[in-house]
Amino acid sequence: MLVYLLRRLLYVCPVAIGVSAICFMLVHVAPGDPLTAIMAVDATAQEQEAMRAAYGLDKPLPTQYVIWLGKAVQGDLGKSIASGRPVAGEVIGAVQNSLVLAFAASLIAFPLGIFLGFLAGYFRDSWIDRAVTTVAIAGVSLPNYWLGIVLVIIFSVTLGWLPAMGAGDGAWMWDFTHLSHIILPAITLSVVPIGIVARTMRALVGEIYSMDFVQALYAKGLHRGDVLRHVVRNAAPTGLSVMGIQLGYLLGGSILIETVFNWPGTGFLLSNAIFQRDLPLLQGTILVLALFFVLVNLTVDVAQAIIDPRIKRS
Amino acid sequence: MTDTPLLEISDLNVRFDGERTVHAINGLNLSLGQGEMLGLLGESGSGKSVTLKALLRLLPPKRTQIDGSIRVNGADIMTLSGRRLSSYRGGEVSMVFQEPALALDPVYTIGDQIAETVMRHRGIGRKAAMEVALDMLMKVRIPSPERRLKNYPHEMSGGMRQRAMIALALSCRPKLLLADEPTTALDATVQIQILLLLRELQREFGMGIIFVTHDIGVAVEISERVAIMYAGNIVEEGSTRDIIRDARHPYTRGLLSANLHNVAKGTRLEAIAGAPPSLETEPVTCQFAPRCPNALPACEKGLPPFFVPGPGRRVACLLENGATAD
Repeated sequence: MLVYLLRRLLYVCPVAIGVSAICFMLVHVAPGDPLTAIMAVDATAQEQEAMRAAYGLDKPLPTQYVIWLGKAVQGDLGKSIASGRPVAGEVIGAVQNSLVLAFAASLIAFPLGIFLGFLAGYFRDSWIDRAVTTVAIAGVSLPNYWLGIVLVIIFSVTLGWLPAMGAGDGAWMWDFTHLSHIILPAITLSVVPIGIVARTMRALVGEIYSMDFVQALYAKGLHRGDVLRHVVRNAAPTGLSVMGIQLGYLLGGSILIETVFNWPGTGFLLSNAIFQRDLPLLQGTILVLALFFVLVNLTVDVAQAIIDPRIKRS
Repeated sequence: MTDTPLLEISDLNVRFDGERTVHAINGLNLSLGQGEMLGLLGESGSGKSVTLKALLRLLPPKRTQIDGSIRVNGADIMTLSGRRLSSYRGGEVSMVFQEPALALDPVYTIGDQIAETVMRHRGIGRKAAMEVALDMLMKVRIPSPERRLKNYPHEMSGGMRQRAMIALALSCRPKLLLADEPTTALDATVQIQILLLLRELQREFGMGIIFVTHDIGVAVEISERVAIMYAGNIVEEGSTRDIIRDARHPYTRGLLSANLHNVAKGTRLEAIAGAPPSLETEPVTCQFAPRCPNALPACEKGLPPFFVPGPGRRVACLLENGATAD
């Protein structure tokens, strides 16, 4: 198991380096000069050059990448062009907010998705199954920013029960005001993962129940509950990996939903960085998100290896 | 041997309703004495496996119509439900499946799977149940049983898995073992080992076995009595000796001659022409008649009754009716 863990960690290194290179290049390939936003309109060619040199943008791309990577490893992602504040601090603040939102959304999505999926898989082809499938397809195909707007119109504008914007004042705390801010965005964000998890679990549970060994379990005299335990254990590895991937998406924050709710997370930060052509901020945010995704995948793989004996560990 | 037969099936009918109706079992009668080994022989779709599943009440209740009676040691099992059904399954009657790789849960160890059954049926603790499991693995002669107890099914070979499956099925000392083509998925050499093991365990435990197979050689090898199924009913039954020496039903003869033993190279292999019926409607005539080389006009007019050509034998064929028998 330890060997497996070390080997998996080792594999992460090239992936992380590749990810960082792509993050860096992608932003440079995009059109538009990052400095036009902050430079005076009448700046001379000389002044432009000086500015370029100040941000290190005059050097060749590979050199820029190496310098950027060297600093990034030490936790320095440069300074935001728009605000002048260190990128690392901005990203960490945003990641915290997105994490809280992702956590809240998974708390809604995973139990509900698993429950609905199990129900549908167990009562395959019954009206329950059809109802769950309909809900799941609706969840996956509804544009969630639209749902967010509709929820705001109902619960904030018409009924006035919940706040429509922001994450509440000050740092995040698990108190009433902050929770009231998170309810609507968390529900909105949970709809797609509910659909995906429910559909996956339905297919998985239905498939496992139709396997020969389930009949063999009944044949040896086990009760319904015992058989359910076996089914859960068989469904766990795949279910876990689907939820891991969903969690990865949630952690990335949703640009659309965070924009609709003005939620100060990574999605919100990204959209600001894009509109302001804030190159260092954009690179830093994408890098942190990508590494997060790699980390989540690693965790899921390791967890899967622990619960599924068929995965070779050595 | 006691007076009550171990198993008595009378007038069993099984019909599957769905997109297509299938009359899988049609008026089947079968009985088995205590400690007897019966070979149930037939080709795919003849209803062998359905019979076994009906015996364990494993057929999906929603899509299946079952009537008739099944008695095990005199007790009616068609009315069992809930806890009593669970304790009957695996306790009194248990089953060895065709494909051990599919019939064992892939994410539980062999030891856990056996112990779980023992705990359910005997109400003993996990530790004691594990000891029973170990004892069973020794009985089926799995090498280094302590280690195998902690193995997952995928870590074992096919023959080993089938041994483990047998250990599992016998762990609660059933009176009747249903073996659903237990050697079909195995290599020929392993097949024989498993057959010998089953025969030995049968003697040791004194249980009755219904051994389902489509391989007449296997049936002859292992059983004292053979019943041949066709289109959801038995067409001939008798002691293995009698059937081999003097098969009466044309289908049984066909099966015997479709065998590869003693066939010289270059000669044409004998096969039964045609295909089994689809059983979409309830059979009212002899279902073998369309493929039968000796069919009479009367065969297409009604179901043939059973004739008794000798003690312990029965044949459902009009050719036995004296007139045309030679």
